[in-house]
Amino acid sequence: MGDPFGLIGRWFMDLLTGWGMESSAALTLLRFLGAGVMAIVLLFACFFLIVAERKMLGRFQDRYGPNRIGPFGIFQTIADFVKLIGKEIVVPAGIDKPLYWLAPLLVVMSIIGMWAVVPLAPGFRGTDLNVGVLYLVSVGAIGTLGIIMAGWSSNNKFAMLGAFRAVAQLVSYEIPMVLMLLVPTMLSGTMGVVGIVEAQSEMWFIVAAPLAALVYLISSIAENGRAPFDLTEGESEIVAGFNVEYGGLAFGMFYVGDFLHAFTVGALFSTLFLGGWRGPGAEQYPLLGLFYFFLKTIAVWFVTVWIRGSFPRVRIDQLLALNWKFLTPLALLIVAVTAVVNKLAVEQGWSRILALLAANVVMAAGVWGALALHGRTVRRREEELRAGAAVSASAAR
Amino acid sequence: MIPLSWYLTLAALLFCVGVFGVLARRNAVAILMGIELMLNAVNLNLVAFWRYSTPGVIAGQVFTLIVFAVAASEAAVGLALIISIYRRRATVVADEINLMKW
Amino acid sequence: MSVLQIIFLVTGFVTLLAGVMVVASPKLVHAALWLIVSLAGVAVLFVLLNANFLAVVQVVVYIGAIAILIIFTVMLTRRVMADSGPTHNRTWWVALLSAVVLLGGLLALIWQHPAFQAVPAELAAADTSLTVLGTSLVDVNRYLVPFEVASVLLLAALIGAIAVARPVAKGEEADE
Repeated sequence: MGDPFGLIGRWFMDLLTGWGMESSAALTLLRFLGAGVMAIVLLFACFFLIVAERKMLGRFQDRYGPNRIGPFGIFQTIADFVKLIGKEIVVPAGIDKPLYWLAPLLVVMSIIGMWAVVPLAPGFRGTDLNVGVLYLVSVGAIGTLGIIMAGWSSNNKFAMLGAFRAVAQLVSYEIPMVLMLLVPTMLSGTMGVVGIVEAQSEMWFIVAAPLAALVYLISSIAENGRAPFDLTEGESEIVAGFNVEYGGLAFGMFYVGDFLHAFTVGALFSTLFLGGWRGPGAEQYPLLGLFYFFLKTIAVWFVTVWIRGSFPRVRIDQLLALNWKFLTPLALLIVAVTAVVNKLAVEQGWSRILALLAANVVMAAGVWGALALHGRTVRRREEELRAGAAVSASAAR
Repeated sequence: MIPLSWYLTLAALLFCVGVFGVLARRNAVAILMGIELMLNAVNLNLVAFWRYSTPGVIAGQVFTLIVFAVAASEAAVGLALIISIYRRRATVVADEINLMKW
Repeated sequence: MSVLQIIFLVTGFVTLLAGVMVVASPKLVHAALWLIVSLAGVAVLFVLLNANFLAVVQVVVYIGAIAILIIFTVMLTRRVMADSGPTHNRTWWVALLSAVVLLGGLLALIWQHPAFQAVPAELAAADTSLTVLGTSLVDVNRYLVPFEVASVLLLAALIGAIAVARPVAKGEEADE
């Protein structure tokens, strides 16, 4: 019970070498197998993720959600999947064929690729890259590429517009996200995701850097492109955005990518800020770590679904203003303050965390004050405008 | 083991492909793409020399990082120029942008 | 032939082929996507050279930023070119000739290089460490000045790009 994942790995290793394989070749084969199993498990998990999300959204919106197929409707996605398989493969006229078919694969690939560096439990992870945090960013960039390819190759104005919107949004929100990835990196002193989880043994980073966690969550949701930031597929404005020409399983890939991305956001957030698999007794029993990890992931995922069900869609100018005028400057401020405070409070332990927390509270108060001041100015200006309009209207009369 | 010569030859080939692109393409964006290829060939050389000759001195990697920064700023300014020219003269063909030419 | 050599040959071939497609492809968007393939190939070569950090930065900076910018520009300016008309100028054979001559010169030069047939030097653990790279970038006695100059250059490019690409104001259009 001490190390089940290592045990399984060694068992397979012994099996393969027992069949007369060289140990290096066996290791390579095992790694490929592990990656394949991981990807397949994630894709199958989508069947239940999608149902669960639709059920939750239904409850948020005061309806039942899917409830026809299977007990509580849990087989709804399987029925949808069968329907998508059965659909005719429509190839729109004038598309760029290789890119058209490659785009959905890239989108799903980029999301599954992120799981390669996430430690699921002690000793249970894809790989411990020493640049893991940067790897997450770079893999995410490939998804952006997939979206722009989908929009361009579809030979459709709305798809193109959707792709432009998507890229404007994703590239913009990448900036605060990358800046906030720097905060766990600074606090733990390593870019490796495993190292970041190790460094949260005394306290989760969300306590030391709550503002950073909040900004990271907001920009992650925007990266995911879902409500309130679902401008990439505003149904009422641009039909459905970059994937409007896709049907059947190709559309299913985008659909799966979207839902899996939401879950991945939860996994990354809980790894970077909530201590990953850490919890009481997780070091002795790795399976408990796996349980903690998914518990945290599902909690964060629930919050993102909650946000999705609660907020209306923002306008494109509000979206970009929120990023460039608020999140990016705030992210820069957080990075600077965290760096200085972290350097000054070098003595490890609680005093450092308290100092960081105090700095965050001060920053939050400052931001709150600035926002209140800004809001008052905007309201006063609007009132003046209204008063001026009334005066000119009465003069004209 | 891969000898250094393989990397150098590949980098030279890539550089010359980039040179051809810069000289032969008509579209200004395509010319920029050729420049990116050339910069990549240079980066490959820098990292290869770092790895094979002086792994103890980090200079090769640092130079590559600075080339990244230069490439990013070059792409940003170059593409901004191209968009600006396109707005004013509705062309991105390099030989039609000849106002300053004899 | 070892596994590494095979990986190198395949990656090198793909990189080079994609590079040729970048300069030869008639459709500009395809050229940009081939450029991405080529850049990704170079990233793989960086991994082969034990420069993981540079490989990831290559993907982030080149594929995530520069290539997306290039594709964006191609799409914004595609109405005129419309993928029609000659994509290469009339003197392309001169370009080909000079590229080949340059290649010959380069190959002759590097064949005389003393380290031409060198095998990789032994790596110490510290050589691939990110800490060494990071501290050397902020060390006054090493690369602090180039690093800071690069950051100032980036800022200048940022401001310059915004200034250049601003839409023409109404009053300025008269002097066209």
